[in-house]
Amino acid sequence: MKKQLLAIAHARSGDKGDTANVGLIAKRPKDYPLLVKHVTAARVARHFKGMITGKVERFELPNLHALNFLLHGALDGGGTISLKTDAQGKVFSTALLRMEIEVSR
Amino acid sequence: MTKVVRIAAGQGFWGDWLEAPYRQVTGGPIDYLMMDYLAEVTMSIMQKQKSRDPSLGYATDFIPLMQRILPVLAQRKIKVTANAGGVNPSACAAAVAAAARGLGLQGKLKIGIVTGDNLLDRLDGLLARGHALTNLDTGRPLRDVRDRVLSANAYLGAWPIVDALRQGADIVITGRVTDTGLTLAPLIQSFDWRPDAWDRMAAGTVAGHIIECGAQASGGNRLLDWQRVPDLANVGYPIVEAHADGSFEIVKHPGTGGRIDVPGVTEQLVYEMGDPAAYITPDCVADFTTIQLRQVRKDRVRVSGVRGKPATDKLKVSIAYSYGYKAVGTLVYSWPDALAKAEAADRLLRQRLKDLKLSFEAIHTEFVGVDATHGPLARKARQADDIPEVQLRIGVRARDQDPVDRFTREIAPLILNGPPSVTGFAGGRPKPEEIVAYWPALIDKQVVKPMVEMLAV
Repeated sequence: MKKQLLAIAHARSGDKGDTANVGLIAKRPKDYPLLVKHVTAARVARHFKGMITGKVERFELPNLHALNFLLHGALDGGGTISLKTDAQGKVFSTALLRMEIEVSR
Repeated sequence: MTKVVRIAAGQGFWGDWLEAPYRQVTGGPIDYLMMDYLAEVTMSIMQKQKSRDPSLGYATDFIPLMQRILPVLAQRKIKVTANAGGVNPSACAAAVAAAARGLGLQGKLKIGIVTGDNLLDRLDGLLARGHALTNLDTGRPLRDVRDRVLSANAYLGAWPIVDALRQGADIVITGRVTDTGLTLAPLIQSFDWRPDAWDRMAAGTVAGHIIECGAQASGGNRLLDWQRVPDLANVGYPIVEAHADGSFEIVKHPGTGGRIDVPGVTEQLVYEMGDPAAYITPDCVADFTTIQLRQVRKDRVRVSGVRGKPATDKLKVSIAYSYGYKAVGTLVYSWPDALAKAEAADRLLRQRLKDLKLSFEAIHTEFVGVDATHGPLARKARQADDIPEVQLRIGVRARDQDPVDRFTREIAPLILNGPPSVTGFAGGRPKPEEIVAYWPALIDKQVVKPMVEMLAV
């Protein structure tokens, strides 16, 4: 069964230079293992293909039922250099929530 | 006796809600008002202002704001920590002192001024002595852009603010101090924490991180159940209620709007986060994977368990340098075929820029309403055939100003000589903008000497 992350998680994103960070938080603690299993750095890199130029790093925060992703090269140079509307990566959060993962019933 | 210290967030950035500080000092008991003003490139703007007028170079909004709350501060013995001083903390303090005297507060206030963060005049000496100030993102040495540097400031931590508070400062005005240091310092001062009490340093740093963006911890920009956040019009900014053992609670004044709950505090904790196990500040290395959150009751979240590690021997340096120029132009295309018209205009414009042999580092097109924020992930919107309107947003960037200037003259002609159903050009020709870019680096802590001065009103 396919599930969109929007249904089981919420998120906030921000910037550090040309890197966007996305914190992905399970709405219910019991869904956190699903995020850990399915939302890997490689999967997120594929999701954002064409939108970022660098690698994706993932960090785990089991205490907050959250994952933190660093999307390098996401902001067209970042900050003042960037020509993007979202120069500070504020809505990479909701872009990640578009992802669909395959979960067993 | 268990002592509680209350630190209220008043501003999350220069430009934040002007009502927030007044409401924080009048809405209930607090001990400290913390106001964060400095974003990465703010210092360079201030440096420019100071070079034109030596009495400027700080967050000017801070003065009328203080004028409004100074009588309450004096009456209720509330102290202030603010990095509103920018590149000219002394001038900022003098302006606050003048405002205080105007209110008849002579002899009733002491202002602490924290400086020593500004490295601009020392830059050549530092480079000569082997401090390369290598760009943390690109690995390039600062020498490459030295002649274009506009400002250079080390991020100071909590300790110089603690010094000022210990000398009796009621208001501490700083230059480039970390956002988190503005909250940690009052806690160190109040509870007499030692510099190597790393878990306490980390706890105060986490407290600072939670409230440094103001209402972003109390219901603002909150995604989960956003429609159910009550009364944002009257949002209460967050307040830290801290205990000597490093545990604290996030609350807001009674009768205010917004919400303080575990999901909301969690959203703020992950904001602008790097490696959560190593959140590096001048004061410690905080481990965000140790944070425990618990909803104590409505609008009250307890934060405990925070662990920290020793501070590193480096300070981060924020350098601003002149990079080049950019401009962004927009036009709006309407139904029918709104997207197809905008796409045609984009192709046409790019062809003209090419024919003019203009050289750009980047040309960036967005179709606002279709793909501006989510790019290729927003395919479904692209497929809709009845989009009422699309804004074509096209930007260019170059090292020289000339091609950018020429670009700004190529937008308006499209109204008469491009695809039909176009409007939304009332703003006129786009303005070329100088790009001041950010250069993050590290420097040995020992070469930076924080200084504290006191100014009696």
